[in-house]
Amino acid sequence: MAVRSRKSTSDYGSLYKGHPGQWSWVFHRITGVAVILFLFMHVVDTALVGWGPEAYDKVVRAYANPIVHLLELGLVIAVWYHSVNGTKITLIDFFPRLTTRITALSIGSLVVFLLGAIPITVIMLGQTIDLWRA
Amino acid sequence: MATTTERPATPAPGRDPRDRRLGRERPVGGGELWLWLFMRVSGLLLLVLAMGHLVVMHLFETGAERIDFGFVATRWTSPFWRTWDWMLLMLALVHGINGLRNITLDYVKYPGARLVINVTTYVIGFVLMVLGTVVVVSFDPTKWGPVG
Repeated sequence: MAVRSRKSTSDYGSLYKGHPGQWSWVFHRITGVAVILFLFMHVVDTALVGWGPEAYDKVVRAYANPIVHLLELGLVIAVWYHSVNGTKITLIDFFPRLTTRITALSIGSLVVFLLGAIPITVIMLGQTIDLWRA
Repeated sequence: MATTTERPATPAPGRDPRDRRLGRERPVGGGELWLWLFMRVSGLLLLVLAMGHLVVMHLFETGAERIDFGFVATRWTSPFWRTWDWMLLMLALVHGINGLRNITLDYVKYPGARLVINVTTYVIGFVLMVLGTVVVVSFDPTKWGPVG
């Protein structure tokens, strides 16, 4: 590898200088951490049903808010991304010959992600607007 | 990018260039290999369990806004949904805690700090598994009146 006399701007754009797969790896980690942190909270709020309607309804009412609803959209998109990319990883790991088709597999998983993400966004933005008007 | 040799042009980082096996690194054996397998198998199950949960609870009708105590009480009259929710709880927690462990092992250098972070997440995970299991199994809405 050539030694550079000074850092070009591209050196700061990305932590890794490799395959586009590095980006899917970064997003996989970010979405994974976001989802598990939400899950920690979600198990506790759901467990409140065991303490009766007063406790449970008071807490879940906090979700009926347009701002929280946008965060919820982010959660669903994060789970969907993590699912699709995780399936891609699993396919590659269980069928190593697929590494020779990595570009097709990456484009394919991006298409599958978008095919899910677009209707999810449309539906949940509609719900958010309804909440805003209510 | 089809090649006739069925071999990537460059070996994976950290791999012996003479190693001609295809694919990514994976643990050679023992507990780490079982965890590696668990992450993939549970991941495929979670694709169905978590996305199914999200579609039913967040996308159908008015989404999560329709969920209240009565909704849960009616839903959990079905052993199917109780089982679904319990499997989702357990698999998601083990999958997520092991994911956090992978990240900790990647970024936290000092063994003491690793231990503290990992044990903390194991304790949180264990407490949530117990809490969730107790509620899913023992929930009886009739304590607060008739269901429906």
